[in-house]
Amino acid sequence: MSMATLTAPSAERENYLNQEYGIRSWLLTTDHKRIALLYLLSITFFFFIGGFFALLIRLELLTPAGDLLQADTYNKMFTMHGQVMVFFFLIPAVPAVLGNFLIPIMIGAKDLAFPRINLLSWYLFIIGGLFMLYTILTGGVDTGWTFYTPLSTQFLDTHVVAAALAIFIAGFSSILTGLNFIVTVHRMRAPGMTWSRLPLFVWSNYATSIIQVLGTPVLAITLMLVALERIFKLGIFNPQMGGDPLLFQHLFWFYSHPAVYIMILPGMGVVSEVVTCFSRKRIFGYKFMALAVIAIAVLGFLVWAHHMFAAGISLYAAMIFSLLSYFVAVPSAIKVFNWTTTMYKGSISYMTPMLYAFGFIGLFTMGGLTGLFVAALGIDVHVTDTYFVVAHFHYIMVGGMVMAYLGGIHFWWPKISGRMYPEAWGKLAALIIFIGFNLTFFPQFVLGYLGMPRRYWQYSPEFQVLNVLSTAGATILAVGYLLPMVYLLWSMRYGKVANENPWNAAGLEWMTASPPPTFNFDQTPTVTWEAYNYDELKEVPVER
Amino acid sequence: MSDRAPAIATHSPELEHHFSSLEQQLEASVMGMWVFLITEIMFFGGMFCGYMVYRYQYYSAWVAGSQKMDFRWGTLNTIVLLCSSLTMALAVRSAQLGRRKAIVIFLLITILFGLGFLGIKGIEYHGHWAEHQFPGLNWAWPEANSHLVALFFSFYWAMTGFHALHMVIGVGLVSWIAYQAWKGRYHSAYYTPVEVVGLYWHFVDIIWIYLYPLLYLISHKHISG
Repeated sequence: MSMATLTAPSAERENYLNQEYGIRSWLLTTDHKRIALLYLLSITFFFFIGGFFALLIRLELLTPAGDLLQADTYNKMFTMHGQVMVFFFLIPAVPAVLGNFLIPIMIGAKDLAFPRINLLSWYLFIIGGLFMLYTILTGGVDTGWTFYTPLSTQFLDTHVVAAALAIFIAGFSSILTGLNFIVTVHRMRAPGMTWSRLPLFVWSNYATSIIQVLGTPVLAITLMLVALERIFKLGIFNPQMGGDPLLFQHLFWFYSHPAVYIMILPGMGVVSEVVTCFSRKRIFGYKFMALAVIAIAVLGFLVWAHHMFAAGISLYAAMIFSLLSYFVAVPSAIKVFNWTTTMYKGSISYMTPMLYAFGFIGLFTMGGLTGLFVAALGIDVHVTDTYFVVAHFHYIMVGGMVMAYLGGIHFWWPKISGRMYPEAWGKLAALIIFIGFNLTFFPQFVLGYLGMPRRYWQYSPEFQVLNVLSTAGATILAVGYLLPMVYLLWSMRYGKVANENPWNAAGLEWMTASPPPTFNFDQTPTVTWEAYNYDELKEVPVER
Repeated sequence: MSDRAPAIATHSPELEHHFSSLEQQLEASVMGMWVFLITEIMFFGGMFCGYMVYRYQYYSAWVAGSQKMDFRWGTLNTIVLLCSSLTMALAVRSAQLGRRKAIVIFLLITILFGLGFLGIKGIEYHGHWAEHQFPGLNWAWPEANSHLVALFFSFYWAMTGFHALHMVIGVGLVSWIAYQAWKGRYHSAYYTPVEVVGLYWHFVDIIWIYLYPLLYLISHKHISG
């Protein structure tokens, strides 16, 4: 590694970053790696907008009285926090950034099947994002991220249509990304790259794509009907005019529950890659791991009404949905057990990505188990619409997905940028995020169990201590999120130059240069080995 | 997959750089369109689901609404669309055989049928508008259950409206490939766009094949009550 830097800085290898320069070469690119970086920039921007709203929410909840924000403003804050984070950060996070960058390389292809559609997806995302920004800047929206009717269609005078349109358009970006991945995995694999040799990251993004393709259109038409109802004063979901709000909830959650799996499955893929690499072992139970993500994707479509237990659906329907929700725990538990078993007797090194993977496994387990609490009818009635639910899904989405996303960004940073991130800073940030996260959200489990409802700007004074803890945690978390921003940018210029395989990891992406050339490989590779063949890899001492 | 690249095809000008053969390119494009059509089924599925729920819940209002549909226009439009599907299929076949003139002619006829469908739909829309059957903007219903019949018409306008939008997009796509075919872009080894647009066109027809009985036929002769 150091040899290369010393001898040949002038004859720098041509790669996807230095092949062309200028804004045009980025905005009109069809290279999946460059599009991944466009997404990286855009979703980071939205992450900080969503984070800003979160910070205002936590500051308001520092005291029991409604002092910093008024009730209406507070409603807007949590609504826009949810919409921005879910639709403009979490859903595109791993698929559109890491998936875009890695899937073609991992299967030995030159690009995704439809490079121009890939660019179109990004433009759709940006157009949707502009609508969202318009909504935010012209006064916001306060429906809650769920757009529940008839509140969203009859009673609010905010920018509901613009927000719905924003999500509608961003949804098509998500659909096209999923479509591209599905066709790519089916049709673009290199010779010898059979389905049973695919990295689990590819499997989990494939499963995610199935959900994106099947679920998102239903959300699209549902939001369209909400918009039409508002524009033309129709009664589609308005009970006064014969419409059925429950129908809206069914349609909404038919997408939005599977969407939760859009927000976790790709993270599971990242963790599988990281855990095997830093345990120096083949993944335990490869086939089960691959089938489990497909099982989660399929079962995910059969459990939506567990969001409606307290909304007045029939008891028998609720019982079926409760049971089916429990089934999701089976493949999820298989994942957790197999990661743990992979580590067992492995030679573990505690690099930054591995710390995030540890964080993911622990926090996802907590989020998953508390998911079983709320899937149980009796307990759900007690904790519905309390902070217990808020804590539960933040453990999955933030403790799970954001951890995995950051772990993945660190793991593949040498590949993406050609530079190493500073390891000590990386570990420090991972630790701060883990502590900040738990301090923010663990008290919310307790608060919810004690009965503090969500979505209120005021609360009874006896809840204050736990809320102060939570707000303190949120500020720590914010520091943790800012750190990688700073040192990753720093490393692009000053980081140690990475060789093609700094982790001595298995997988095709580590067999090409860092950063890769525009067409990924000088020659289309032929695969003759199984995934994660760590026992066959030569142990090269890794320079750290 | 990529290892069966025929040597000649590799140098074909239509082959995009990231595919290894025209065959792989065609397979990928066709599969992409199929996946897209699945998303379209889910998109329309939301409305079909709502239609079903409310039809079951407000049966007599649905019957009353259905009887305002003129099934003669609906039948005529069904025939028009089926004919357009035939000419589209013939266009794809001509493309496979590499007959440039035939592709252009069949595509032009398809466009005419498509425009004919939209024209007839426009006549129907005009009629409904004139009789104040557009909920919200222009609504008057002399009989009972006005708001429930309005619900039926909401679905009628939304379902046929989104279908018509798909028709407009379809006519645009067919016009584009007709122009490309006229310029001689397609031959027996490369006709992917014709095939893919053909799939889309047939899909939009199939949506209508479901809309037609649900909106025009199902309660046509039924006495409400």
